[in-house]
Amino acid sequence: MKGWLLQHRQASAQAFRRLASTPLNTLLGALVLGIALALPAGGEMLLANFQRLAQRIAATPQISVFMALDATKKEVAEVESRLRKHPGTREVKLVPREETLRRLKESEGLGEVIESLPRNPFPDAFVVVPGDESPAALEAMRSEFAGYPRVEHVQLDSAWVKKLDALLRLARLAVGLLAVVLGVALVAVTFNTIRLQILTQAEEVEVSRLLGATDAYIRRPFYYFGALQGLAGGAVAWLAVLGATLLLRLPVGELASLYGIDFSLHILPLSDSILLFALAAWLGWAGAWLSLIRHLSEN
Amino acid sequence: MIRFEKVGKRYPGGIAALSALDLAIETGEMIVLSGHSGAGKSTLLKLIPAVERPSEGAVIVNGQNVAALKRAAIPFLRRNIGMVFQDQKLLFDRNAFDNVMLPLAIAGVATRDAGRRVRAALDKVGLLDRERAMPVALSGGEQQRLAIARAVVARPSILIADEPTAHLDDGTAADIAAMFHAFNQVGVTVLVATHHEALFAPYMTRRIGLSRGRLAA
Ligand SMILES: Nc1ncnc2c1ncn2[C@@H]1O[C@H](COP(=O)(O)OP(=O)(O)O)[C@@H](O)[C@H]1O
Ligand SMILES: [Mg+2]
Repeated sequence: MKGWLLQHRQASAQAFRRLASTPLNTLLGALVLGIALALPAGGEMLLANFQRLAQRIAATPQISVFMALDATKKEVAEVESRLRKHPGTREVKLVPREETLRRLKESEGLGEVIESLPRNPFPDAFVVVPGDESPAALEAMRSEFAGYPRVEHVQLDSAWVKKLDALLRLARLAVGLLAVVLGVALVAVTFNTIRLQILTQAEEVEVSRLLGATDAYIRRPFYYFGALQGLAGGAVAWLAVLGATLLLRLPVGELASLYGIDFSLHILPLSDSILLFALAAWLGWAGAWLSLIRHLSEN
Repeated sequence: MIRFEKVGKRYPGGIAALSALDLAIETGEMIVLSGHSGAGKSTLLKLIPAVERPSEGAVIVNGQNVAALKRAAIPFLRRNIGMVFQDQKLLFDRNAFDNVMLPLAIAGVATRDAGRRVRAALDKVGLLDRERAMPVALSGGEQQRLAIARAVVARPSILIADEPTAHLDDGTAADIAAMFHAFNQVGVTVLVATHHEALFAPYMTRRIGLSRGRLAA
């Protein structure tokens, strides 16, 4: 056990020395791997944030009921009382068309456009919070409310949440595919780096064999080399994603606040960060493994 | 302790380097291997640590037929054999100390213990004050002594050396010969292939002559 530990310490120290002896190559290698890994890692960061956002918005499903533009106040009051009496609703909030107009006039950018409109283009609307959140109940209410007099349109918020969910799943698949492709690239890069390492260390390998080194002893520093280079690439990717997150945080927060959402971009979650480092090291190890099979002579 | 039984060695496409060789070397001997260039001296030495495998016959080292040894067992055979190579095979990217450390690192000797043994080996060959020197900074004789320190640091029971005094001036060569004698004196079985028979003559227990791959007078 102690000897085993010693051998691994020696092998990792040797790999470190070999990496440190060619700092420029090491740096360039880490940058290449890091940029390759930063793409899926960055995608994952964005996805994790979108998912957080979607979850927050979707936490309570709502039904929006829009009246016809020319509905009278009396007709609106009629619908309101029916909505309030309906056993499926928990909360009904009237959003008068005047209020919508005022709110949008105050908003940046849109204000002038709204100001120039000849008449109020917004209808009176209700935001209904249902008691029963099951999709079937929501769907039943949607069609029932749509049948009320002077109701122009009923919108289930869960519909776009579902769409968003499907979109997120698709994006996740894309990030996964990207990760696979770039993972293969990482293995290929390490494969070549280790090939060059084997050439550089040919003399040491030969002498070590003559002095009684086992195959495991010969291979170990190369595995560490590959894994360490992968890890360095992972670190570069992590830092790149961190930098991007911090740069985007302010503009994204401002954009979200325009929509009345209090949202700030989070850095890559811890679990994803660990996954990134572990995967990067493992891929480097795998590249070294393949390269050793192919390039390390048996004698 | 070392026995050659009807050993033949033919290199791929070449002529026979060794033919029907029978030989027995006892523990504690100091053998001088002599013969013309191309006689098969290097080949004979390489068969002992299984650097080369015989084409026929058996090479028995410490009761083990090296010729039939599995690949995975060879490293452990070699750890018991100190080798001084004709071309030295020092590593020029590390200092004297680290060159001598290599066999101990390979054998997994704990670091502190190993450091002590490396210094002891360097001391025996008179290089203790040069432990931080890089091999390029050493003279030919010093490089050869460094190679010897590396060969003996793991305390092998067999020490083989291929032309260890080639390219050295007479005084240095005599020092080297005396050094092998000293290792032999503490019980190491020594085999030296050399053209400088006379240098080793005072110390050797036996001279083995080779001619065209066969024993000769
Ligand atoms: N690796 C090799 N491949 C082919 N022929 C070799 C090889 N090594 C040695 N020989 C041949 O085997 C014969 C014996 O060589 P060697 O053992 O080196 O002799 P010595 O050390 O006595 O000069 C020579 O004819 C040499 O050319
Ligand atoms: Mg020779």
